[in-house]
Amino acid sequence: MDLTIVWALLLAFIVAMYVVMDGFDLGIGMLFPRFPVGKQRDMAMNSVAPVWDGNETWLILGGNGLIAAFPIAYAIILPALYAPLIAMLLGLIFRGVAFEFRWRDPGHRRWWDAGFFLGSLVATLAQGITLGALLQGITIEGRAYGGGWWDWLTPFSLLVGASLVVGYSLLGACWLVWKTEGPLHDQARRYAKLLLPALLVAFGAVSLATPFLENKYYERWFDTPGLFVTVPMPLLVLATAWAAWRSIAKGQDHAPFLWVLGLFGLTLIGLGISIWPDVIPGRISIWDAASPYDSQLFMLVGSAVLIPLILVYTAWSYYVFRGKVGEDGYHEH
Amino acid sequence: MTDADTALLLARIQFAFTISFHFIFPAFSIGLASYLAVLEALWLKTGKDHYLNLFKYWLKIFAIAFAMGVVSGIVMTYQFGTNWSVFSDKAGPIIGPLMAYEVLTAFFLEAGFLGVMLFGLERVGKKLHFLATCMVAIGTAISAFWILSVNSWMHTPVGWAMNDKGQFVPAAPWIEIIFNPSFPYRLVHTVIAAYLTTALVVGGVGAWHLLRRHATAEVKTMFSMAMWMAALVAPVQIVVGDLHGLNTLEHQPAKVMAMEGHYESHPNGAPLALFGIPDDEEERLKYAIEIPKLSSLILKHDPNAPLAGLKTIPKENRPPASIVFWSFRVMVGLGMLMLLLGLFSLFARVRRKLYDWKLLHRFALVMSPAGFVAVIAGWITTEVGRQPFVIYNLLRTADARAPIDAPAVATSLLVFVITYFLVFGTGTIYILRLMKKPPHPGESAPAHAPIRTAGITPSPSMHRHGGANARPDQNEEAR
Ligand code: HDD
Ligand code: HEM
Ligand code: HEM
Repeated sequence: MDLTIVWALLLAFIVAMYVVMDGFDLGIGMLFPRFPVGKQRDMAMNSVAPVWDGNETWLILGGNGLIAAFPIAYAIILPALYAPLIAMLLGLIFRGVAFEFRWRDPGHRRWWDAGFFLGSLVATLAQGITLGALLQGITIEGRAYGGGWWDWLTPFSLLVGASLVVGYSLLGACWLVWKTEGPLHDQARRYAKLLLPALLVAFGAVSLATPFLENKYYERWFDTPGLFVTVPMPLLVLATAWAAWRSIAKGQDHAPFLWVLGLFGLTLIGLGISIWPDVIPGRISIWDAASPYDSQLFMLVGSAVLIPLILVYTAWSYYVFRGKVGEDGYHEH
Repeated sequence: MTDADTALLLARIQFAFTISFHFIFPAFSIGLASYLAVLEALWLKTGKDHYLNLFKYWLKIFAIAFAMGVVSGIVMTYQFGTNWSVFSDKAGPIIGPLMAYEVLTAFFLEAGFLGVMLFGLERVGKKLHFLATCMVAIGTAISAFWILSVNSWMHTPVGWAMNDKGQFVPAAPWIEIIFNPSFPYRLVHTVIAAYLTTALVVGGVGAWHLLRRHATAEVKTMFSMAMWMAALVAPVQIVVGDLHGLNTLEHQPAKVMAMEGHYESHPNGAPLALFGIPDDEEERLKYAIEIPKLSSLILKHDPNAPLAGLKTIPKENRPPASIVFWSFRVMVGLGMLMLLLGLFSLFARVRRKLYDWKLLHRFALVMSPAGFVAVIAGWITTEVGRQPFVIYNLLRTADARAPIDAPAVATSLLVFVITYFLVFGTGTIYILRLMKKPPHPGESAPAHAPIRTAGITPSPSMHRHGGANARPDQNEEAR
């Protein structure tokens, strides 16, 4: 068995977990200023307060998994995206401390709320820009990044960044639809209705642009084996989006969130088709970047045991805080 | 200075700045998590309310410290790549898996159970809640285990080979790499340091309230517990520190020479400098006040044993004695003061004046930040002392840097400095504000809404208000 492939799939899983789990946290952060000060905001924040730290841990695992399994990719990507990544870290600082600080200091709560919003927005934009910059290709010299420190800034990377803002916001809105009731629930539902079509437009724009960035992606999508996926993919996306729309319109509780997750899942699969088997798209393949067999094996043994365990106790902590967040926090359903 | 030199210097300052800030929080949260587990255990065992009140009092403080530890830690993970990419590429195959294990075994454990620990008491019941507290405490210790293994490997690298791409790859069983020669000493020394740091903070807060005549059961209990910790653990730390130093002498003699301020070799027993100003240019210790032969006695357990000096080491491979000499003395000096505090408290106990000897309380109050100063001084000794290498004798710091231009590093450094002082400074103020209030009967849990919640009626003992010191909790009511 080729461990390199296993690790590539595992990293994809880790990234997907991060996008799904921290996506709705960040989305709530971005919608935050639109909620009335007081109970509504408290409820929105409380719907993620017990779980945000665990969600963010997937990002740490992503970083550490990358350095461990594909060290050279880590060593090239991080300097290439220096500015957006530093911005992301700063954003995550403000977002993370806001969970505690806003309760500690009612006098400055407005400031920490603003930090929560801006931190979430900056972190999301930076993640989207990172993805965009990777897709458009980065300059490599020898075993190091060889470009300048503004290379990542292009219309395409900004487009991906903006799309992610829309996408995470939609996830956040659907989470609130699920976890809250009353005016906040209704407001979130209204946003979900606006954000879903916006996301489709953004998806469309990014999907149309991607194949033309590099010849390689074009061939992938419009030559024979790829074509079998190219044709059904947009149909699947539309069908899922339709189902999501219906569930929102019907006022269902958790179905919208799950359908939107489905949309994200399809996007990630599409992304996988575009870049497989590269770890730095169009530049370095997973085999060129792989760390030695011993390193991969050692980690895999641990991951095989620990990741399922982590999923179990993470599920447990979500279960503990199941039900709707009431005005005072969680109550039984 | 060339642009590359400037960029290197800035990257080093950035690393030192961000790691020092980060480490302040683990130093406190490792100890505090264990203390919380002990308090909850005592409450479950005895059913006495003041343990629960203390638990909730410190839990609020823990929540803030922990959040700051988390966000400053994420910066560290990514900084290896942004600023030290060559190091990441070369050392990734060895340190990467160890850090991945840290995430899998420690960070997820902490994060997964933190929510329940903070908000779940009324939701999951006492036993499960206690389990969650223990998991968080164990998680912090496991985290120390892995990251210190990584750090120790960089000091005493073993079990590696170099592949054709210039990477360090594992060439021995992992167990050898994990338990590299300096790791056991560093782990024990650092974890004890975290316990001491926490004990001094708890003791200082207790002393403050005793001085302000708030001698409630809660205040007395925490002061007494903290003083026991100082009295029992400070001497252990000194012994462990000594062993650690002997180990360092074996593996990184240049560091010890710099710590001792020995430029010359001493074939017939080296003196111990109590004071002096090391001058790396002139290669001598100015204004030295020395005790003859004591250094050899400490390091070799023989007053006449020869000790080599920095002049035996090529200049380009020497650490800067001017920093290490002093940081080491600060740490050791504070260690001695901690021992003194512990002994003082024992004496006060014997004389049955533990709760009303003002001098003791003032001493404990002054010592409350000493742990933080000592741990940072200790790390500066450790890290500066291994310069000019990142991986000792194998990879120079100057060769480990990412190809980032100086202006980019300068900008990011500037925003880190501003953000850290703003955010962590404010967080520290919030912690101090919480500490300023004495713990009181009917202490509330970390005051978000999700706690009071649960829809289950909390047991009367948890939400009883009253008593002379009862105060409304600052949060909900103040809203
Ligand atoms: C001796 C202990 C110790 C040391 C030397 C370090 N840390 Fe740390 N770290 C902890 C002990 C710790 C901890 C106590 O386990 C923390 C504090 C708060 C927390 O979540 O875990 C933590 C948090 C923490 C987090 C966030 C974890 C989370 O989200 O739960 C990261 C990513 C790191 N650390 C990474 C690092 C790196 C890259 C370090 C070195 C360069 C480092 N830490 C030094
Ligand atoms: C995996 C763990 C670590 C790695 C990879 C690492 C790596 C480095 C690097 C690359 C530098 C820059 C070189 C330099 O400035 O001298 C450095 C310096 C430093 N590190 Fe570490 N370090 C680690 C752990 C720690 C920890 C846990 C601390 C604890 C607080 C620490 C404290 C310092 C300090 C204070 C400096 C500044 C020394 C100086 O400026 O000369 N390091 N380390
Ligand atoms: C007075 C007795 C002490 C002695 C003899 C001592 C000795 C040492 C030595 C030799 C080092 C450097 C290890 C290296 O080369 O890597 C060190 C590091 C360190 N010391 Fe101490 N120490 C003492 C007290 C303390 C105290 C009281 C604290 C904190 C409360 C502390 C915290 C640390 C830390 C955090 C480090 C860096 C981590 C490590 O390398 O273990 N030390 N100590």
